[in-house]
Amino acid sequence: MKIHECQAKTILGHFGVPTPKGHVARTADEAEKVAADLTLPVAIKAQVHVGGRGKAGGIRLARRLDEVAPLARAILGMNIKGSVVRQVLVESGVDIRQEIYVGLIIDRASKHVVLMVSAAGGVEIEEVAAQTPEKILKVALKRHLGLTDYVARRAAYFLGLPPTATRSFVTIARGLYRAFVELDGSLAEINPLVVTGNGELIACDAKMNFDDNALGRHCEVAEMRDESEEEPLETDARHHKVSYVKLDGRIGCIVNGAGLAMATMDVVKHFGGAPANFLDIGGGAKAEQVVEALRIITADPNVNTILFNIFGGIVRCDRVAEGILLAQKKLDLKIPIVIRLSGTNEEIAREMLKDAGLIAMPTMSDACKKAVEMSQQ
Amino acid sequence: MSILVDQNTRLIIQGISGNEGQFHGGQMIAYGTNVVGGVVPGRGGETCLDRPVFNTVLEAREATQANASVVYVPAAFAADAALEAIDAGLALVVIITEGIPTLDMMTVYWEARHRGSAELAAGGTVVIGPNCPGAISPGKAKVGIMPGHIHRPGRIGVISRSGTLTYEIVNELTVNGLGQSTCIGIGGDPIVGTSFVDALERFATDDETDAVVLIGEIGGTDEEAAADYIKSSFRKPVVGFIAGLTAPPGKRMGHAGAIISGGKGTAAEKIAALESAGIPVAQRPDQIAGLVREALK
Repeated sequence: MKIHECQAKTILGHFGVPTPKGHVARTADEAEKVAADLTLPVAIKAQVHVGGRGKAGGIRLARRLDEVAPLARAILGMNIKGSVVRQVLVESGVDIRQEIYVGLIIDRASKHVVLMVSAAGGVEIEEVAAQTPEKILKVALKRHLGLTDYVARRAAYFLGLPPTATRSFVTIARGLYRAFVELDGSLAEINPLVVTGNGELIACDAKMNFDDNALGRHCEVAEMRDESEEEPLETDARHHKVSYVKLDGRIGCIVNGAGLAMATMDVVKHFGGAPANFLDIGGGAKAEQVVEALRIITADPNVNTILFNIFGGIVRCDRVAEGILLAQKKLDLKIPIVIRLSGTNEEIAREMLKDAGLIAMPTMSDACKKAVEMSQQ
Repeated sequence: MSILVDQNTRLIIQGISGNEGQFHGGQMIAYGTNVVGGVVPGRGGETCLDRPVFNTVLEAREATQANASVVYVPAAFAADAALEAIDAGLALVVIITEGIPTLDMMTVYWEARHRGSAELAAGGTVVIGPNCPGAISPGKAKVGIMPGHIHRPGRIGVISRSGTLTYEIVNELTVNGLGQSTCIGIGGDPIVGTSFVDALERFATDDETDAVVLIGEIGGTDEEAAADYIKSSFRKPVVGFIAGLTAPPGKRMGHAGAIISGGKGTAAEKIAALESAGIPVAQRPDQIAGLVREALK
């Protein structure tokens, strides 16, 4: 799960990371009120989950108080890569001497949390990694040791920080690490961490992503979810515990299991069609879930064909068939349905579908091919 | 010989009294797996599926000489259950549970590598999963949730990050007369106990495995590592399949680990890596059996 910069700064503040004074505003008037309590100049920053806000004009500096409202007005409502700006963070400007990068990631290959620092801060770290990898220090942190002082000091020396800033860098890096592990982060970045004119360190931008699997034990983090940043159908699906990702094709796919769902989309593409979505109805595949899945799929106006691919094994195919028939009645479906069912009680399911005028295809490839044909008619 | 699970597997089920534990426990027993007991804290002394239930894994191990465990415990408690099995010195822990926090799994991973029991080889406890269907050596033992009847004893090894996609492919193999030595679902999470390379190393020395089917998906670089390993040191034919060519970047495709992040972990990269190691990669699941036959010639 992603959160906004202002939320990440609030969290990091609790863990001893200094951030500029400021507050969030939802209107231009509010922005001016916030700015009135700050020392000028102030930064006005769009709060959206996508990167590249600066380049899109979503971050502006106001040198005078009367500039704040017009700038905030220009940013609010702006569409940045599909995200509409609903709030801005107004905060005191900082005297920048140097910009550095500090980040924590989970490295899947080494199975460690990895600390990354670079003196080339203020730009995307992927860019630095691609062009000047020697400017990045990466340290794998042992699970049972965490981020030790000596590792943080080594990072500070690598960055060439002024001696006075070394101690506060250690505090900041350890605060970032504690926030990461105590709240189950999946990514945490301070970029830039600014060295000010008088040698102090302050986190001018911050980003945190969280492990969805751990949100159950961090209510305070889960409450930070901004559903306006999500695709509405994906939010709807999540509320019904259906795993769904919207794409822009025409064939709505309903599959049990994530790997098979991806493979089904790929085979649809292989036969010249375009999948409208990823959807995994899960291992249980009960009738009610099938109804929910069909409701979500058919809410997408692009969908002109529905493709079921159920490899039962243990899942009872008759239950899935029951769900399809139930959904047909409930939802008044007018879109053609192509079905592939395999597994326990497959024959019973076929009979049930046949009686309702639906045909079950024998194999995955046949079903995908048929769905592509129907979608192109 | 097969790998990881066989007639010598003496299995305990952690969470045997839950819905999943009871249902799949019954299925495993019906398949012929030697289930010697179960562990449910607070239910020690009871029986479930005609097997004794213990409060702790250590008690279960001492009473039954169990050497493996399968975990059906809910996500919030599953990592702790796995740590308990590792601490009790079991050689194999298969974690079926989906939804375990990544940092918890990281702890389990390192604990399994470092501790394990003194009697075990230096590798410690082998952990399979989480978020996986388990492992089956057809005709010998089934540890997990896969439908037993689609498998046939044979000489093809299968390693996969997925569940139902694996069943689809195993079914294709069986229908085409290609039985399996062992099928391992390594799991769909970002951090899993057994990687493709770990599983390949075992198949390399298994004299009952002639070829391996490797089923990968988007996210991470485990398939690329497997391609490197196969190129440098694996001497048996391998056929690949990678799911997720149509997956958009930055979106999690059901599995916690199935995500293209920072432009890395795409299906195209993985297919290229496998192909450059000389591994044929199927475009559709129903081409795999044919490619395996070709590779065995």
